[in-house]
Amino acid sequence: MEDEKKLAEFQTRLKNGESIEPKDWMPERYRKQLVRMISQHAHSEIVGMLPEGNWITRAPNLRRKMALLAKVQDEAGHGLYLYSAAETLGVDRESMINDLLSGKAKYSSIFNYPTLTWADIGVIGWLVDGAAIVNQTMLAKSSYGPYSRANLRICREENFHKKQGYEIVATLANGTDAQRKMIQESVNRWWWPSLMMFGPTDKDSPNSAELTKWKVKIHSNDDLRQRFVDLTVPQAKAVNITFPDPDLKFNEETGHWEFGEIDWNEFYRVIKGYGPMNRERMNARKKAHEDGRWVREAAEAYAKKKKVLHEN
Amino acid sequence: MAEFDVKTRELLFNYILGIADDRLILGHRLSEWCGHAPIIEEDIAMANIALDCIGEADAFYKLAATFDTEGRSADDLAFLRDSTEFRNVQLSEQPNTDFAWTIARQFFTDAFYVPFFEELAKSSYEELAAPGAKALKEVKYHLRHSREWILRLGDGTEESNSRLQDAVDNLWMYTREFFEFSDSVKLLYELDIVPDNSALLEKWKETVLPVLKDALITIPEDPPYFATGGRNGLHTEHLGHLLAEMQVLPRTYPDAKW
Amino acid sequence: MTKTTEDQWPMWEVFLQSKQGAPHEHAGSLHAPDAEMAIQNARDVYSRRNEAISIWVVRSEDIISTSPSDAGPFFDPATDKIFRYPKFYSIPKGVRGV
Repeated sequence: MEDEKKLAEFQTRLKNGESIEPKDWMPERYRKQLVRMISQHAHSEIVGMLPEGNWITRAPNLRRKMALLAKVQDEAGHGLYLYSAAETLGVDRESMINDLLSGKAKYSSIFNYPTLTWADIGVIGWLVDGAAIVNQTMLAKSSYGPYSRANLRICREENFHKKQGYEIVATLANGTDAQRKMIQESVNRWWWPSLMMFGPTDKDSPNSAELTKWKVKIHSNDDLRQRFVDLTVPQAKAVNITFPDPDLKFNEETGHWEFGEIDWNEFYRVIKGYGPMNRERMNARKKAHEDGRWVREAAEAYAKKKKVLHEN
Repeated sequence: MAEFDVKTRELLFNYILGIADDRLILGHRLSEWCGHAPIIEEDIAMANIALDCIGEADAFYKLAATFDTEGRSADDLAFLRDSTEFRNVQLSEQPNTDFAWTIARQFFTDAFYVPFFEELAKSSYEELAAPGAKALKEVKYHLRHSREWILRLGDGTEESNSRLQDAVDNLWMYTREFFEFSDSVKLLYELDIVPDNSALLEKWKETVLPVLKDALITIPEDPPYFATGGRNGLHTEHLGHLLAEMQVLPRTYPDAKW
Repeated sequence: MTKTTEDQWPMWEVFLQSKQGAPHEHAGSLHAPDAEMAIQNARDVYSRRNEAISIWVVRSEDIISTSPSDAGPFFDPATDKIFRYPKFYSIPKGVRGV
């Protein structure tokens, strides 16, 4: 009875656009869905450091090297903000990381694709960050205060990421023949996986309805995907890059770019762990975690010794 | 800009390259950690230090480029020279064997660069003093970071102590190149352009020895041979691999802009 | 909610002062083994773009806060003390700078 009354009050608060704070009463499902979603978002930032990190040591000039390093560093920061936001819901970071490393928790499938050329760094900034920004701009308005604030900070910091990506894309597109070939080949590989980033189509998305009900999500996967395509196609045209989709065409009536069918088999296969890089990504994270254990233990042991010393 | 004769310009070119190469190679090594550090907070900290180092390298390369008789840009100097033309100390190219090696390499470097940039910032040559002053602010923080980690690793657990001891023992022979006061440096010193870096060894010891002692690290005996040659282009085998990776794009596509 | 599980450093709350005279405001949290590392990490994590000229850190477990159920009784009494607000007072028309 009590809970039903609280639930009704909670729904009213959501309806009024109020922000929910850590100590507020919230339904268990709301808490659970948030933890799942925020930790998944955090894991994506951390695993997402790997494909781009792959090119930090090979960036072609000093400016690019610094920009890429700063960008990947930002991703570490964003992972940290998001873990902190999830921690306000009563889960600790270590257990979230354990869930990631054991394969229990998911992260964005896009990072299970390899970065094979320097052009991939431009394309990730342009398409992958572009897609992420569309998503995070929505999440900055989500009903849970700490998550919404984390996303706000992330969006503010990420505005340079997409720009640096597009700058690389444009430079290559206006470069030598080899560079033009490099960028088009990269776009061909990343276009479809980028569209998959928005998740399954609305009718197949099990979590979407509930997240929308809780006002964690405000727009549907398909709406966001469409927004992304509409934004991106003109940017490709501006630098004479094509997308590998024969069905891509502008619909005068709706004012939207129509696109072909996404290969959902590929989408589900990669989610289930069978993308080109799933194993390698997890092995890299596990190795960092294991190799770092003695360092974390050392700092903790030192802190304990000093505390004892201080107290005596 | 100050007027220097041809000989001085050549000496300055090589001298400034030494600083730039030290900072770039160290920054590059640190950047290898990105995504693989012991904890996210440290990932961010190391990337920050790497960014400082590469930014400093960029500033010094730009200055060096103004003395280059071949008219190369800062990027050309970083990406199109061979290992035998790099003038960094061998310490900076030593690999990230583990976190203890990274921290020891950093601490030994920071303990030199803090007093060095303090002196360089007083150079009569303004173009050199300015990046020195800017870098000083950054390396002061680096030293704080590496010193704190030396204490934690040394006085942490048995494992961390033995790993740090191992790193210190292995890297000790690379710690003297910073203080080499060659004839060419001496000429620049006499013009009041650069500091007497041999005089900084005492300061370095004042910084390093007490911290190692507090960290319960046994200070290695001075070996009969200290590594030398980096300032003249002689390196360990590690640098060639580092450069092969770092320079791959500009070398593969010589006519491309990035 | 500070964790002391063997594999996790305790949590700290970070407060940044953005400029002289401004208050320290909550920026977020992080994990660190002790105060010195917490300060260093706070600088690297929350002030990468020169957001701060001064940083406070405090162990998350040391923060005492009101609970949402206090919201009514704890804060309401202040809202009817309108004499604390300048709008409560009227001054003759045309007088400036009060």
